[in-house]
Amino acid sequence: MLRFTVRRLIQMVLVLFAVSVITFLIFNVIPNSDPAVRMAGRQASESTIKAIREEWGFNESLPQQYVTTMKKVFTGDLESQFTQLNVGEEIRKGLPRTLSLAIGAALLWMFVAICLGLYSAVKAGKFADRFLTIVALVGISMPVFWIGALMNHYLGFKLGWFPNGGYVELTEDPVDWAYHLILPWTALAILFIGFYSRVLRSNVLDTINEDYVRTARAKGLGERQIMIRHVLRNSMIPIVTLWGLDFGAVVGGGAILTETVFDLQGVGQYAAEAIGQLDVPPVLATTMFLAFFVVTLNAVVDILYAYLDPRIRLQ
Amino acid sequence: MNDAQPLLTVDDLKVSFATEEGVVQAVDGVTFELGAGEVLAVVGESGSGKSVTAMTLMGLTRSPNARFEGNAHYKDTELIGASEDELRRVRGAEIAMIFQDPMTSLNPVHRVGDQIIEQIQEHEGVPDQQARERTVELLERVGIPRARERVDNYPFEFSGGMRQRVMIALALSCNPSILIADEPTTALDVTIQAQILHRIRELREETGAAVILVTHDLGVVADIADRIAVMYAGRIVEQGTLDQIFYDPQHPYTWGLIGSITRVDRPRPERLPAIAGLPPSLANRPEGCHFRPRCPHEFSECPKVPPLEARVDGQAGHLDRCWLPVDEKRAKREVRPGEIGLETKKEAAA
Amino acid sequence: MATEPVTEQTALQGPAAWEEEAEREQVHGLGPWRLGLRRLRRNKVALAFGLLFILLVAACLAAPLWADNVAKTGPNAQHLTDTIRVDGETKNVVGLDGVPIGPQYLKADGKFFLGADRTGRDIMVRLLYGGRNSLLIGVTAALITTLLSILLGVIAGYFRGWSDVGIRALLDIIWSFPVIILGVALGVALALGGVEIGPISISGNSLAIPILIIGFVYIPYMARPVRGQVLSLREKEFVEAARAQGAGPLRIMFTEVVPNLASTILVFFTLLIANAVLLEAALSFLGAGVRPPNPSWGTMIDEGVDRIATAPHLAIVPGVMLVLTVLSLNVFGDGVRDALDPRAKVRLEH
Repeated sequence: MLRFTVRRLIQMVLVLFAVSVITFLIFNVIPNSDPAVRMAGRQASESTIKAIREEWGFNESLPQQYVTTMKKVFTGDLESQFTQLNVGEEIRKGLPRTLSLAIGAALLWMFVAICLGLYSAVKAGKFADRFLTIVALVGISMPVFWIGALMNHYLGFKLGWFPNGGYVELTEDPVDWAYHLILPWTALAILFIGFYSRVLRSNVLDTINEDYVRTARAKGLGERQIMIRHVLRNSMIPIVTLWGLDFGAVVGGGAILTETVFDLQGVGQYAAEAIGQLDVPPVLATTMFLAFFVVTLNAVVDILYAYLDPRIRLQ
Repeated sequence: MNDAQPLLTVDDLKVSFATEEGVVQAVDGVTFELGAGEVLAVVGESGSGKSVTAMTLMGLTRSPNARFEGNAHYKDTELIGASEDELRRVRGAEIAMIFQDPMTSLNPVHRVGDQIIEQIQEHEGVPDQQARERTVELLERVGIPRARERVDNYPFEFSGGMRQRVMIALALSCNPSILIADEPTTALDVTIQAQILHRIRELREETGAAVILVTHDLGVVADIADRIAVMYAGRIVEQGTLDQIFYDPQHPYTWGLIGSITRVDRPRPERLPAIAGLPPSLANRPEGCHFRPRCPHEFSECPKVPPLEARVDGQAGHLDRCWLPVDEKRAKREVRPGEIGLETKKEAAA
Repeated sequence: MATEPVTEQTALQGPAAWEEEAEREQVHGLGPWRLGLRRLRRNKVALAFGLLFILLVAACLAAPLWADNVAKTGPNAQHLTDTIRVDGETKNVVGLDGVPIGPQYLKADGKFFLGADRTGRDIMVRLLYGGRNSLLIGVTAALITTLLSILLGVIAGYFRGWSDVGIRALLDIIWSFPVIILGVALGVALALGGVEIGPISISGNSLAIPILIIGFVYIPYMARPVRGQVLSLREKEFVEAARAQGAGPLRIMFTEVVPNLASTILVFFTLLIANAVLLEAALSFLGAGVRPPNPSWGTMIDEGVDRIATAPHLAIVPGVMLVLTVLSLNVFGDGVRDALDPRAKVRLEH
């Protein structure tokens, strides 16, 4: 286990390095224009452009530019072109909100998806299964920002059942915190419930036909025990990895869209606003930050997977 | 045949499945008996229905597409129509099964010992420590070295032959009266094959369990079987004691099977003898005797389904499904002096 | 009936006869594609949604027809200060309070069928033109992804060695970026300056930018499964047989490997279009995708969500179109996957 963990962590560091290089390339090299002009935004004065060029070292060699950019990002020496607020600060402020959204949604979707997926598999082919499949497919066909906006408008604004967006600190009032998050959690979870229930259904159906399930039945075990100890236990393994990966994807993507709609002021919304204004420094920083988060999380998930599936661990 | 009450009586068992290509009659009227402590070998090629028969006895072929007819009586339980609860009582504790592929028959994420303990606890509810002790003993009995340590290993840490021994240990853990072995050695090396069969025979002697050994290899059964049932295209075409089948086979298909066994005490043949032709497609069988298309001795009676009957004087337990008179059979089956085999139609015409 | 051919062929012996037998069977049986098509035909729901998708595409392609003949306006034409006649009354397209007119359906001869947006543009016209853009982006991006995935997946999976290591590393790194983040980063970067690919220079406003971005971002999504399948196909007997016959790697790739990938590719392609359309909507919603004034469903939802309190139809309409399109692709793609799945053999009820 230790050897595997060390190997995986080394791999993680290498990927992080590659991610930083690619981010650098995306923002400073690939586009076909002057990076200083891009960063200065529209209607920037010549002096601003020159100052930016100095600060970021755009006149120097590419490797040198890379080092300068990385230094700025990691020491938090980055400011938004337009608001002058420190990027690092803003990310730090938004992080707890983003995590609240992501973790809550992840737990919700996991629980619901397991129930629906298992139920669909057990009733495979019958009406209940077909119906749930269509429901799941509708779920994965809806853009989260659209359904979120509609839910916010109709359930929050019009009917008043839920607050109309906004965020309350967990430390201030846990109940209100959750109350404000129910709609965002649901909106975000819908997509994943649709996807995961079908993956689980498919895994369960595959597992049910495995030889070792036949052996379990030949042992005279009860259906429920077979379902849980043999079918579910084995079907869940790939799901756990996916779940970890998607949690990262939520933080790195779904959160952006959902936070904007519900005005949660997390890292995602911060990034979204910067994107809308084509404000390069925050977008650069958040891209790297979120990608790093995902890479680290993937490594953790892999290590967890190795723990769960002894075949990976002991080879 | 022993005179005591047979342990298992199968009467005209029929199993069919609905598939996209039509209804497949996998088992087409199988009847046999199994006495306590007997070893019955069920021999046939793929598609003969032997595995389906074996698995149906345990209720493992039940599905929405399957249809069953006939009976299978075990002690005082009727297996074919039994409820799931009744079957669960029987499975593992009274009738146990080992499957063909040991690599996939054990759950890869549970320890080997736990999987055996699971069965013991299901049927007997003994204290954990006791179940564990029994499991270690069982593993020792089937010949797993260092059983006390290896009981906590995972299946992938065992070789194929070892895994099959674990399966045997599992099957015997609750002292069943019948052990069904479905091609237990097909997926293993020839050298391991002999060891496994040897072990099954020993354990049979120790525990007194009856064994139904399903295989496609007639050579494998010579050492271990008391009686043999030869299946072809869903039907039993011949049934008798080991000696009867090997020394006085009555059905042309059996002749072909015996003739295709390579023997070390004979000169090597030029060509490996084989039965010409292919088994009929399961959904589309010839009328009357299923073996007709491949049988060089086909004659006018064959379009009628030959019933499984004792036709040989003095051999009451020796049944077969061939219309040919017994003396003709004995004449036709000799292809060369002292050898039993199935000549091809071309040779027969010549 | 299977009897006749078998009887004739028994005159021949051995493997030649059996092969001929098998070939004969194959003609009567159905290959996997025909079988899949038959299954798909039976799946009414999937077919219905496939039809829905085609109708939606057709409607969007007919955008100019609608614009010229019914709505009599273009997708970007603003009618901020215009009025229309409805039921004999004259109404402002955009009210004095800034609230645009809602869906008129046929009340004004089809003008503003689904209402107007805040600058007086005809939503129906924009919806259809936007659909053209969204679908164009979705399908083209999916094509790019598919072609590159096949290329990378086959090279990595077949040749292994360093090319595999390199490609796999590349795919893993791209996939480490969450899809939206990467799309957004590229969108922002390229929107500001356009990009140069060799001699071709693409402006930041062009539709080609989201196409390239989305096409690129999804490569690992498909390339990794393709690689996985190539890896397993590579070990299959028919590839070994081809190699033994002396076929070179390129030939093997084209004649053996790629056709077997076809079903995977087909299923993924359908799903890719769906994902690409959704990603375009997300990117455009954030302002990193299609740039104004080009309409797309994403930009329309963006504008609509801004004004959702006063004019919800602005957001609902493009969203519903988007959901219907993606849903029909998903349901159809699902049906195709089920139809091609060999596991689906024994599924009918008796």
